Amino acid sequence: MNPRTMFDKIWDAHVVAEEEGEILLYVDRALIHEGSSHAFAALKRRSQKVARPQQVFAFADHYVPTTGRDKGIAGIAVDEIRNMVIAQHENTKLHGIRLFGFDDPAQGILHIVPPEQGITQPGMLICGADSHTSTHGAFGSIAFGIGASDMTHVMATQATWQRKPKTLRIRVNGELGFGVAPKDIILAVIANIGAAGGVGHAIEYAGTTFQRMSMEGRMTVCNMSIEAGARCGMIAPDDTTYAYMDGRPWAPTAGAEWDAAMTLWKSLPSDVGAKFEREVQLDAAQIEPMVTWGVNPEMASAVGNCVPDPKNAPDERRRSDWTMALDYMGLQAGMALQDIRIDRVFIGSCTNSRIEDIRAAAEVAKRGKAVVPAWVVPGSKAVKRQAEAEGLDKILSAAGFEWRDPGCSLCTAINGDQLKPGERCASTSNRNFRNRQGPGGRTHLVSPAMAAAAALKGHFADVREVLK
Amino acid sequence: MQAFTTLTAIAVPMHEANIDTNQLCPTRFNKVPRGPKYREILFYDSRFRPDGTPTEFMLNAAPYDQSGIIVADRNFGCGSSRETAVYALYEFGIRCVIAPSFGDIFAANCAKNGLLALTLPEEECAAIRRQLQDRPGATVSVDLAAQTVTDIEGKVHKFEIHEVRKRCLLEGLDDIARTQQYAMKIEGFEKGYYQEHPWFAAASHRG
Repeated sequence: MNPRTMFDKIWDAHVVAEEEGEILLYVDRALIHEGSSHAFAALKRRSQKVARPQQVFAFADHYVPTTGRDKGIAGIAVDEIRNMVIAQHENTKLHGIRLFGFDDPAQGILHIVPPEQGITQPGMLICGADSHTSTHGAFGSIAFGIGASDMTHVMATQATWQRKPKTLRIRVNGELGFGVAPKDIILAVIANIGAAGGVGHAIEYAGTTFQRMSMEGRMTVCNMSIEAGARCGMIAPDDTTYAYMDGRPWAPTAGAEWDAAMTLWKSLPSDVGAKFEREVQLDAAQIEPMVTWGVNPEMASAVGNCVPDPKNAPDERRRSDWTMALDYMGLQAGMALQDIRIDRVFIGSCTNSRIEDIRAAAEVAKRGKAVVPAWVVPGSKAVKRQAEAEGLDKILSAAGFEWRDPGCSLCTAINGDQLKPGERCASTSNRNFRNRQGPGGRTHLVSPAMAAAAALKGHFADVREVLK
Repeated sequence: MQAFTTLTAIAVPMHEANIDTNQLCPTRFNKVPRGPKYREILFYDSRFRPDGTPTEFMLNAAPYDQSGIIVADRNFGCGSSRETAVYALYEFGIRCVIAPSFGDIFAANCAKNGLLALTLPEEECAAIRRQLQDRPGATVSVDLAAQTVTDIEGKVHKFEIHEVRKRCLLEGLDDIARTQQYAMKIEGFEKGYYQEHPWFAAASHRG
């Protein structure tokens, strides 16, 4: 048999039918959130039942508040927001879907909870009603975001029509430098290939840097595949993956089931000699802590650099894009990134709200005091409990950081947590688009450690200096 | 779904690359039920000041308030999977976006809502945008069956589209009805699949 990529192996295992190059793929897991109301409305219009409710999992994350949760759902002040949370309860109950809701002890973000619960597993095909579903590829699965119509289709049929993307392997080899985080790797990758660099492609991240990375780090990397325009991102399962899966509530049970799962998991990695349509290589040693300066994630640079001058842009299009970006961001060409003063810090989101992210932030925070409002929003109640058991909440609170309840919060800015016009935020989220964190808000993407360092200084700072 | 066959409409040029779905539909409007309200939501934060007064943004005034086509640059519709971005375009009256590339999820969402997201090479998109810049309010024609775009100067640009997507758009075909013809096949697939991967199915008995 010809050597095959991991992507091909998983794809082939899910093919139900083909129509002129469009493939009907079987979906193992569908992940939805409060915003999936449009899909439920479409089901209702068609009087359509959910085909396999036990393979659909719902999460209260986008609209839930991150403070005052003791008041319950009734305590959500804005009617429209409260109604979204209530509607999700009603819709999931009606269709018999497991909801990790407002009061659930495992509540959290739809890209944090399924891995924690073992719902996400190697070899699966996972569709989510959110573009950052690419996160789950960290386990060696094909996982991608879909819109409301496609989610309606998945819920109605447990299958999805897709065309096969091309494959792109991104290899990063070597040790990460001191103070350099998985977030910096993916920001460097996107700066390298561009925000459209992965369009039409499935990315496999390979190389020793990812092999040595924890599952948390791998999820951060795969999470932002969509910011390079890719359909999905994935990393081969290995001992780190197996150890992570062991004992999780939905994971295969010990014994024959586990052994059968291991046989599949071990067969998944790309074969030696498998052909990828594109290859990109980066050297981990060259990657430094990153800061974005513009309005899409490719507009990023190492913290020691300056805001680029549009005059030096490589082409006319980028010259005008950079000019518009600097205008929106209120930045001067040529100023040092470390001279950019910030108004707020947000540590959270499906990119960076896992236990390691909280640890990294606390490690920096304990070296000083936040001089600007700084929020830490854990990705799930499980992360929150773990962090509290380690005393990280105390460290962060003592340093003036605000320790909040789990949700998407200031990343998607839909639950009421948002920036004021003109406010500048050092954020561990995934999108620095205009108005993303609130109308007129200015977002700079960084790692959790870099965000914490910015909180202590009031401007961007090289976390390697702070940690010294 | 509304079928898409041919279209001649005012085309608005948008020169910036990477116009994301957050701009097409700001997040806070995602909770709005589908309907005519989305006409105002399209590009809301560009079209309206914080106090609600309209800006100079081109879609706010004639001739572009009557636009049916957007001619854009690379990676249009990147970012969030929100289908509300497509609802907003649709309610505004946009039925076709021409660009060198699209966010994958956005392009799929367009196809499910009768909106044609068609790709032309970067230079051809740029050339059409330059023409439109010189003659605001001019119309561009699209013929899906023939797979052609006719620009202001009468030049015909051929575009590629997947056969299935083309047929669904031309006929306004409903995806779910199409798939339901495969219900037996899906069930047959599941049988073998869960024999081979029993632990995938076991999920349904837990939690």
